[in-house]
Amino acid sequence: MLSKKQARAFFLGGTVVTFLIFIGLTIFSLSKDVDQTNHENITPAVVRGKDLWDHNNCMGCHTLLGEGGYYAPELTKVIDRRGKGYIKAALMSKVPWQPNGRKMVAYGFTNEEADDLIEFFDWIDDIDLNGFGEVVGVDRKISPLAKDKN
Amino acid sequence: MKYKSQKVAYWFFALSMLLFVLQLVYGFIMGFAHAGFDGLHEIIPFNTAKAVHLNLLVVWLLSGFMGAAYYIIPEEAQIELVSVKLAYVQLVALALVGVAAIIGFHFNIWEGRKFLEIPRFLDFFVVIDVLLFLYIILMTLYKGKRKTTTALVLSMGLFFAALLYLPGMLPFDSQVTDSFFRWWVVHLWVEGVWELIMGGILSFLLIKLTGVDREVIEKWLYVIVGLTFLSGVLGTGHHYYYIGVNKIWLIVGGIFSALEPLAFLAMALFAVNMYRKGEKKHPNKLALYWTLGAAIVSFVGAGLLGFAHTLPQTNLYTHGTLVTAMHGHLAFWGAYAMIVLAIISYSLPNMTGRKLYDTGRGRMAFWFSNVGMIGMTVAFGVAGVAQVYMERIMKIEFMEVQKLIEVHFIILILCATLFTTGILMYIADFIKHGRPTDEALVKE
Repeated sequence: MLSKKQARAFFLGGTVVTFLIFIGLTIFSLSKDVDQTNHENITPAVVRGKDLWDHNNCMGCHTLLGEGGYYAPELTKVIDRRGKGYIKAALMSKVPWQPNGRKMVAYGFTNEEADDLIEFFDWIDDIDLNGFGEVVGVDRKISPLAKDKN
Repeated sequence: MKYKSQKVAYWFFALSMLLFVLQLVYGFIMGFAHAGFDGLHEIIPFNTAKAVHLNLLVVWLLSGFMGAAYYIIPEEAQIELVSVKLAYVQLVALALVGVAAIIGFHFNIWEGRKFLEIPRFLDFFVVIDVLLFLYIILMTLYKGKRKTTTALVLSMGLFFAALLYLPGMLPFDSQVTDSFFRWWVVHLWVEGVWELIMGGILSFLLIKLTGVDREVIEKWLYVIVGLTFLSGVLGTGHHYYYIGVNKIWLIVGGIFSALEPLAFLAMALFAVNMYRKGEKKHPNKLALYWTLGAAIVSFVGAGLLGFAHTLPQTNLYTHGTLVTAMHGHLAFWGAYAMIVLAIISYSLPNMTGRKLYDTGRGRMAFWFSNVGMIGMTVAFGVAGVAQVYMERIMKIEFMEVQKLIEVHFIILILCATLFTTGILMYIADFIKHGRPTDEALVKE
């Protein structure tokens, strides 16, 4: 039967080995060779957009890359689905934007801020998401012309 | 209670209960908003309620873990805490940082990073507070008369939980990298080092409640935390399937996260078997309920329901839907909330001297809260699965789907009411115990 010493060795050994593999895989998946994010396209505008995204806790309602609040729509591929004009109107609205009755906080972003956020979404849209992009992609049943509405 | 300084745990538990109730209030705000009643939108919009709900959960669980450590470590190390004063300082600091963060969330002061919404400048106070806590615990352990496996596993859990907070403080320009390291904190906490804490508390409780030999319990503790890390560390990969990193995570995350239920199954079997084996039947039945309950419900919530959407083929469609909320609620409840309630139920009579071991209200608290939470989980699950089919497969627009699943949130609110009734009964029992007193000291 297993002794306490062997049990401890199993715990320590297993932990060290899996953690080392985990670090190795982390380094591998963040390396330039396997980049799926078009890292070179992260412009200052994209970074400003991300800051706005963070500092207003947009993730508290929306999801992005499938992560967030599940209360408001997924925003990956949002430009494909809605077009830039619609997004800009929602971002700059001075009253709560409320399609179908669910309210969004009226952020009233400036023109520049709205543009930065759209640049950010644009960058997100081009990331290779291993198939998830297609799942949340263009919704042809609702608006087949959305892409041309820019 | 064997050491005077253990009393400090009471106040950490009291803070826990207070924040827990507040967490439920914000939960209701979100439930009502989902059901179409968002009258509070102007004052408490959904993202505020969400951030408060998540962070109160984290803070009250941490406060509970800290209280548990202050209670367990002196008894295991057979020595008083090195400083009770510092422990109180640390408690007040924790409460202040928590409250400051929560207030900030109402004024758009935060970071939009789920579970880690606390703004960076407050992060530094969190770090200082946790370092102070670790100093007290580790020094006590170091000076102690004996170093038990239970105490070591618990302290290791607390130490690595602190260490793993740091990757979440790194700034990144890329949303993908940001998210990647956010999971280093969140996943490696809840499916890694927090399970060490849970395992340590569970082992302490089983030793006390069942009377099974410490050597036997601690041997299995190693096996269980070993299984946890073996599956959980690389299981982090299930968060990396669809956020813009290499496909290798589909294989690694898929295989290892499919193994995660095994660790929870082992924990449940371990707890139940130790109970069966035990010859000493401790009179504190409520503590036993919560202890075994934690082991079993965590297997269902974290293990089974996690597995239900962890395979890449399934997760491709469920990623970013209410299915995640289904798993999240029962997992946190079973694994962490219940273990904190278990250690409170065990330690409270010992600290106050009032032996409310088996009250009717205490039993009702257990059943109401558990049945309520299972009902909530089902409501989230039905809403989530309906959402997945309509939104992801039939491609119906998001808000149209949300309208159609509103009714499930009415059910959710009803179940949440039952749950809350249970929790309020638990807290009524907590208050009935009165304050901790030195008269409750028991000499061995």
